[in-house]
Amino acid sequence: MAARPQRLVVTLFLCVGLLLAWSRPAWAGQARVPVPRRIISLVPAITEVLFAIGAGPQVIAVSSYDDDPPEVTKLPKVGALLDPDTERILALRPDLVIVYGSQTTLKEQLAKAGIAWFDYRHAGLGDVFPVFLALGARTGHEAEAARRVADMQARLNAVRARIAGRPHPRTLLVFGREPRTLRTLEASGGIGFLNDMLELAGGRNVFAEVKTQAVRVSTEMLITRAPEVVVELHYGSTMSQIDVAAEQAVWTRVGSVPAVKAGRIHLLFGDHLVVPGPRLVRAVEELARAIHPEAFR
Amino acid sequence: MSWSQRPLRSRLVVVLVGFGSLALASALLAPLVGSTHVSLARALDRSIPFADNPDAQIFFLSRLPRVLTAMVVGAALTTAGVVLQAMFRNPLAAPETLGVSAGAALGAILAIVLGFTASVGPFSPVPAASLGGALAAAVAVYLLASAPRRPLSTTVLLLAGVTLNALISAVILFVQYLSDFTQSFRALRWMVGDLDVGGYVPILAALPLVAVAFGLAARIAAPLNLLTLGGDLAASRGVHVEQTHRVAFLTAALATSAAVSLAGPVAFVGIVVPHLVRLIVGVDNRLVLPASALFGAAFLVGCDLIARTIMPPIEIPVGIITAVIGGPFFLWLLVRNA
Repeated sequence: MAARPQRLVVTLFLCVGLLLAWSRPAWAGQARVPVPRRIISLVPAITEVLFAIGAGPQVIAVSSYDDDPPEVTKLPKVGALLDPDTERILALRPDLVIVYGSQTTLKEQLAKAGIAWFDYRHAGLGDVFPVFLALGARTGHEAEAARRVADMQARLNAVRARIAGRPHPRTLLVFGREPRTLRTLEASGGIGFLNDMLELAGGRNVFAEVKTQAVRVSTEMLITRAPEVVVELHYGSTMSQIDVAAEQAVWTRVGSVPAVKAGRIHLLFGDHLVVPGPRLVRAVEELARAIHPEAFR
Repeated sequence: MSWSQRPLRSRLVVVLVGFGSLALASALLAPLVGSTHVSLARALDRSIPFADNPDAQIFFLSRLPRVLTAMVVGAALTTAGVVLQAMFRNPLAAPETLGVSAGAALGAILAIVLGFTASVGPFSPVPAASLGGALAAAVAVYLLASAPRRPLSTTVLLLAGVTLNALISAVILFVQYLSDFTQSFRALRWMVGDLDVGGYVPILAALPLVAVAFGLAARIAAPLNLLTLGGDLAASRGVHVEQTHRVAFLTAALATSAAVSLAGPVAFVGIVVPHLVRLIVGVDNRLVLPASALFGAAFLVGCDLIARTIMPPIEIPVGIITAVIGGPFFLWLLVRNA
């Protein structure tokens, strides 16, 4: 029962996302404090950001779901969203703890112990870069964070340029279903990080008007929405070629769906597809290649 | 002449015609209604290739299988409920009582968390695992209740089922605790039930088990009536008590396993429909069994119709509707008849 690391992240969209749509970044009001030397990150996406902006050496412990970059696998694990190990966290004498906005008990305990915390809330794609910059400022890596953001924005702009002027096909972005059937199919609704990535990659979400992060898609909805492209995100696992073919073949049941007729069922693999961190650019590039293959020839 | 004084055959005809037409009406009407408009003429038009006919695909791939699944599951769960309530002489007995549903849930959740991808015959991975879990739980409860050289004890059966339920629920919580959020989310979605099976193969796969359960239920309907008077009294009237208990257990276990592996644990149908039906047709199991099966089928089709049309474009889980509709309706009948 390998606990799959960054799947944590995707479910947070599902759990807390609606709350966050209107929340402004919570770090905005925090006072200027000394640069932290002993950081604990309970948020895998933020761990990735810290390493990307050069704050990796300051990180002394991470959540039990962390596995990227590979260096973090050697660091102590101190629980996660629902089960932070407060004793261990305090014993490690951190000077900054990255917590989820909903971890109120932990925050109270940290406050009593006089330990600073950085409040993180998952939201849309647009909130990722401000998090980079805020963390850069907070950890003394302002310039590297700014450079990193500029790099990522340049790569995203390159994607935009490639697909510019092309029609955006109606796309179904699937992030879970039962293997070998189309049952319990979950797809991205019209809000959230996955929807934002889909739009950036030049797809038009078939559930754009459904303002939830996750939509349970029935067979009838699948046929009625008639997506022109289907992209399935498979994170936390890989698949043999035979399995990929078998999972694509499942879609032939709904043969009237344009994506099925045109053979445009794409399966993408990797945890980076669902983590709002530095690897999101790669995810957007892969999505864009799947949705607009002709633009990348 | 009052209802209970009429000959059984005449009451049976009334029950079969009455509840049968209800089930038939639901089966004919429900596929025509949905969140999208489907033209039946176009759906049945053979001149349009099936692959190019969304109306036909919605009708034949989504709605018809869904209605048939609801009928099979509704009939199977209520049959299990009637049989268990009679065998245990306990109005609170439900398909969940035997621990079979919990076994099915554990199987399904293990399949989700461990990422099973192997289909077993006509069963795709998750239903296959849940059927395996259900049958394993049934065998476990049966073995516990039938120690060597001792007749099958319904008391032990009941308590073993309840205990196994608690035990398996704890294991499920433990597995969920170790799994990540996405897996827990999918497991939770499985636990609320899902009738959208997307084809006929899953239904056909479950049908033999349900058919055997119905056949067995028909054989023990009369003995079950006498059993409700108590084991000794039934035995003195010539009922083979032990054998009836075994057949009743097998009936309920097969029906529940088939239903739960097909559609997940749809709550409340197995307990509310039998009581509802008893309030209408009386307590004779020879009438309650067929009436419950037919009414259970119609009830679940109706609940699913509400579930998939009440909040378009989103569908809500049918298990929520069965409890929200069934609960108050049942309480109303209960108070009115008290």
